[in-house]
Amino acid sequence: MLKKLLPFVEHAIKKPVWDCRMCGQCVLHSTGMTCPMTCPKTLRNGPCGGVRENGNCEVKPEMQCVWLKAYDRKVALPMPTVWKEHFNELRPPVDMRLQGTSSWINLITKRDQQTPAGWSTQDEAH
Amino acid sequence: MSILREKLENSNDTVFTAEFPSIDGGGMASVARDAARLAPWFDAVNATDNPAAHAHTSNTTTAIAMKMHGLEPIMQVVCRDKNRLAIQSDLMGGALHGIENVSLLTGDDVTAGDEPEARRVFDIDSIQAINITRIMMGGKYLSGRKINPAPNFYIGAVENAAAPPFDYRIERALKKHRAGASFLQLQICYHPDRLEAFCKGVAKIAPNLKLIPTVVLVKSARPLSFMNDKVAGIDVPNQTVARVAAAADQAKEAYDLTLELARHALTLPGVRGLHVTDFRHDDSLNSFMHDLGQKPRN
Repeated sequence: MLKKLLPFVEHAIKKPVWDCRMCGQCVLHSTGMTCPMTCPKTLRNGPCGGVRENGNCEVKPEMQCVWLKAYDRKVALPMPTVWKEHFNELRPPVDMRLQGTSSWINLITKRDQQTPAGWSTQDEAH
Repeated sequence: MSILREKLENSNDTVFTAEFPSIDGGGMASVARDAARLAPWFDAVNATDNPAAHAHTSNTTTAIAMKMHGLEPIMQVVCRDKNRLAIQSDLMGGALHGIENVSLLTGDDVTAGDEPEARRVFDIDSIQAINITRIMMGGKYLSGRKINPAPNFYIGAVENAAAPPFDYRIERALKKHRAGASFLQLQICYHPDRLEAFCKGVAKIAPNLKLIPTVVLVKSARPLSFMNDKVAGIDVPNQTVARVAAAADQAKEAYDLTLELARHALTLPGVRGLHVTDFRHDDSLNSFMHDLGQKPRN
């Protein structure tokens, strides 16, 4: 019951505020409270090289680059230091199976931390 | 070991890279012609992956064809048209044919191309793609399934030093380096001050990351205006366009401008080479390379 109800509640709250796309693996806290899934390329690790001179999006010229907004907010907003430190972390590929599920449940059950066996952010190259 | 890797990792030589012209028919004869034109000047040449969101001969087969004609490829893999499975198979296909240099890019959006109605993929982003390539070098697919023997790649990426948010571009370069990139080819840049700030910043936090800025040989002010108006992420200042437009000899002025940008770029910290784009039929390439003190390779 809760599993069915929570996605509705979550969407009702997060859609108006962050334009939430219900990816089911929320990273808002580490992206300057800006949803990376609203980037037309759904980039989760920073802006592409197509950001326009005025700071707007390559794909939607009328919209400010999601990652420019994220970066400005990360710098300006009063947020826990640890959240700011997470800004540059390597976020894994999205698990498409979680689309439409509640990220709150996935957070509690740690389902949102499951990554493919080959993926590891621990052993960085350099 | 690829020539590019050997030079960047084990020497202080300046490397020169270029873009292989997209193949739209013309067969191997056209590949041979372009390879012969580029081979005297370049250590490695990019085999592009549907650049500017236009369909062309594929990245892997272009890279293989280049290799057959004695040109060392840097095989680009773009996230726009392929999901994570296809990206891994591109890399394995390249490895099968002995392609070592790869470069992982997000890619222009489909709306930049001539089939804007297409579905954009972006299943993974460029940094995830870099990390997956590194994982494959460790003998595993993303899933954890074994690859034996593990492929041997020299991983590159791209960055745009001149696009906002400027400060963050430096951190993003480090992020790509940490994910596995050893070199960065940089987007065409007509703001020497921004390029300088970027290179200095990167050299400070990622001293082993090799930077390769890009210059483009043009013959008049028109392509400068075109890039400014049509290519997202490239800003050509009005005074730069005006300088070329106002010249009695636009071709010479455009050439001089590129030479100035190239010479400046090569003085910057972290910069280990230059990526030269020449819009195919430009005969100024030879004199340009001579002016940079280069001699044709055998």
